[in-house]
Amino acid sequence: MSGLSIDKLSMRFDLPNGASVQALKDVSLDLKAGELLSVLGPSGCGKTTLLNIVAGFLAPTSGEIRLNGSLVTGPSAERGMVFQQGALFEWMSVRENVGFGPKMKGQNPKIARETVDHLLDVVGLHDFKEKAVYELSGGMQQRVALARCLANDPDVILMDEPLGALDALTREKMQSLVLKLWKETGKTIILITHSVEEALLLGERLLVMAPRPGRIHKEYRLPFAEMGVGQDLREVKKHPEFAKNREEILAMIWDMEEEIMGRTEVAS
Amino acid sequence: MSVLSNLFAELIAILTAILGAVPFIVGYVLLILSCLVVWKFIRKLMTPKKDYGSLKTVTFGDESAVSSNFAASVVSIVLIFILWGTFTGTKLLPSFLHMPGAYEGQFDFTYTAEAADGTVDDATVTVLVHGVGEQPVVPTIEPGDGFAKNDVIVIQAYRSKLLPWDANDAIMRKDGAKIIAINGQAIADGQDMNIAQTRLALTNKGTLNIEPNQGVQMEPIWLPSPEDVWASLVDISTDGFKNFTLAEHLGFSLFRVVIGFLLGAVVGIPLGYAMGLSDWFRGWFDPIVEFMRPVPPLALIPLVIIWAGIGEQGKIILLFLAALWIMAIAARSGVSGVKISKVHAAYSLGASKWQIMRYVIIPNSLPEIFTGARVAMGVCWGTVVAAELVAAEKGAGMMIMVASKFQQTQIVILGIILIGIIGFGIDMLMRWAERVLVPWKGRG
Ligand SMILES: Nc1ncnc2c1ncn2[C@@H]1O[C@H](COP(=O)(O)OP(=O)(O)O)[C@@H](O)[C@H]1O
Ligand SMILES: [Mg+2]
Repeated sequence: MSGLSIDKLSMRFDLPNGASVQALKDVSLDLKAGELLSVLGPSGCGKTTLLNIVAGFLAPTSGEIRLNGSLVTGPSAERGMVFQQGALFEWMSVRENVGFGPKMKGQNPKIARETVDHLLDVVGLHDFKEKAVYELSGGMQQRVALARCLANDPDVILMDEPLGALDALTREKMQSLVLKLWKETGKTIILITHSVEEALLLGERLLVMAPRPGRIHKEYRLPFAEMGVGQDLREVKKHPEFAKNREEILAMIWDMEEEIMGRTEVAS
Repeated sequence: MSVLSNLFAELIAILTAILGAVPFIVGYVLLILSCLVVWKFIRKLMTPKKDYGSLKTVTFGDESAVSSNFAASVVSIVLIFILWGTFTGTKLLPSFLHMPGAYEGQFDFTYTAEAADGTVDDATVTVLVHGVGEQPVVPTIEPGDGFAKNDVIVIQAYRSKLLPWDANDAIMRKDGAKIIAINGQAIADGQDMNIAQTRLALTNKGTLNIEPNQGVQMEPIWLPSPEDVWASLVDISTDGFKNFTLAEHLGFSLFRVVIGFLLGAVVGIPLGYAMGLSDWFRGWFDPIVEFMRPVPPLALIPLVIIWAGIGEQGKIILLFLAALWIMAIAARSGVSGVKISKVHAAYSLGASKWQIMRYVIIPNSLPEIFTGARVAMGVCWGTVVAAELVAAEKGAGMMIMVASKFQQTQIVILGIILIGIIGFGIDMLMRWAERVLVPWKGRG
C-alpha cells in the first residue's frame, strides 16, 4: 500500500477562555505516490493545521494518517517539510544546511557530500555552496530549503506557502523549479498556497478548503502541472481552460471570504 | 515633617551647587559650538565629497544621517586634556594657555604699630609664597630698630596664614600695641587691603591674616597635572604601590573577574538551558533568579565579607554571583528564542532530541549568551573594583582607595583612568569575539 491516506481527520483547538475552534472536520484524502496536490483556501480554513498533522507536529483529535500503510504518530525523516522562510539554520553554511539530514542519519560523509553537491547544482546554487545562508536572497534561501528537504530523500514533501514571501519574478522561477524537481524525483508533494494561479500551475490535483469548520470544499484534477514541466509557465497561463478555472475558483473563494466577513459583522 | 524639610534643604543645597557649575558648563558648550563653527568653515574650504549621504535633503530627524563625527571625537578628547592642563598649569602646554595660577613669589610690606602711649614704629614683613611641594629657604632678615621688629613669614601657595606680628616686638598687643597702617595706608581692625596679589586683613583681634591670591587653577591635591599622573604611572609600575606593582594590582583584579565570570558562566548557562527546556526547572528557579537579578551585586559585599572574609574566595564568590544570574537569564532567553519552525524542520529532517539540542538549540542561543557575557563582564569589572574599595590587599580598587587615604590624588586619577581603559578593553574584546564566533547574530 504505497501513498498517503488521510482518514476522517478532525482537529479541535480548545482555547484557554473555554471556547474552541474546529480547525478541521472529517477531512479525508488519498494521495498516490508521486502525486502533486495543491491546497487552496481562505486564511484560517485549517491548511497549516492539516499540514502540521501530516508532518506529525500535531496529533489530531480524531482520525488517522497512514503513509505506505504505517500510522503517522510524530515527525519523521520520511515526511520532509519546506517552510515559508526562516527555517534554515543561519549558523551553518549552505552546504551544511543541505547536508543536515544525511548527517543526522549518520550517512557516510563522502556519499552525503556527493548528494549535497548534486542537489545544489540542480537548484542552481553551484557558486554559493560555502556561503552563509543569511548572505543569500530570499529566493536562493528557498532553493536551499528545497535542496535540504530533497537531500533527505523523503517519501512526501510538505510545503506551507513556500513561495509566499518572494517577489513575483522570483516566484515564477521557483514555480518552474518545483515542477522540475517534482518530475525528476517523483516525490509525493502537498503544497499549500494563497495564490490561485500557483495552485492551478503546481497542482495535479487541487483542493479548495472552506473554513469553519475547516473542510474540503471541492477538488479538481488539472492538466497544467504536466503541461508546465519544462515549459514557459506564461504559455500555460494563456490556456483558455486555465483562465476558466481561475475565475471559477476565485469566485468561490470570494464567496467564502464574504461569508466570513458577514458573519463577523453580525457577531460584532 | 522634619524629614521633608531636611530633604528640601538638601535639594536646595544641590541646586545651589549645580548653579555654581553653570558658568563652567556654559563655557564648555560655547567651546564646542565654536569648534563646530570652525569645523564647518574648514569643511566649506575643502572640496565637498559627493557621497550618498551628502545628497540627502532631509537630514534633521533622519537617524541614519546622524553618525558620530570623528573630528568632534578627536577635538573632544584633545580638549579634555587641554582643559585638564590649563587648570593644573601643566608644563606640557605653553604658559599662555594656563589659567591664572596661585601667586608664588616674595614681597615686603611695612606695618606701622602704635603703642598704648601713642609712640609709633615701622617694621618690615617679608612674605615668601612657595609652590606646592617645594622646600623654601627662609629668608634671613635683620630685626631692625624701634619697638616693632621685622618679621618673616613663609606660606605655601593656596594657603593663608595668620601673622603674629607682635610676637617678637618689644611692645606686644597685650601691652596695647596695634597696627594702624600698612605701607603708609591707614587700616583698622576688621579691615583689609591688597598688596602684590595678596589680601592682608586685620582680624577683629588685631592679628594680620595674609592670604595670597589662589588664582583659578586647581590645587594638585584636588587635581594633579597630567605629568604628575604620568610620573606616578612610571613610578608605581616600577616601584609598586603598597607591596604590589601596578601590573599585579590590575592583574589581580582581572584575574578575579575572569575566574568569577567563568564560574558564573559554567553554572549559569546549563541552569538557563534547563530553565528554557523544562517547566519544572523553570518553576523551580524562576523565583530565585527573578529575585536575585535586581539585587545589585554591591549589596552582597557585606554578606560575602561576613561569610568568606576579604580574601580571594570572597571576591570570587561575589563575582560568581554577579555573573550567574545574568548568564542564566541570557541562556534561558536564548533557548526560548528559538523559532519553532527551525525545531520542526530539524525533527522532520530526522534529528533526535540530542541532535536538536546540539545542532539547533545551542547554536541558536549563542548570540544571546554572548550578549549576556558582555553585560556580565562589565558588571563583574564594576563589582570587583567596588569590592576592592571596601576591603582588599591588592587590586585596582584597593589601590585608589588607599591612595585617596594618603591624599595621593595623582594615583587615584591614574587608577580611575586605568580602570576605565580596562573596562573599555574588555567590552571591545567581547564585541570582537562576538563578531568572530557568532557572525550570524541578528541575521536569522
Ligand atoms: N495552536 C492553536 N491554538 C488555537 N487555535 C489555533 C491554533 N492553530 C490554529 N488555530 C486556529 O485554527 C484555525 C485554522 O488555522 P490554520 O491552520 O493556521 O489556517 P490557515 O493555515 O488555513 O490560514 C484558525 O481559526 C486558527 O485560529
Ligand atoms: Mg497557514
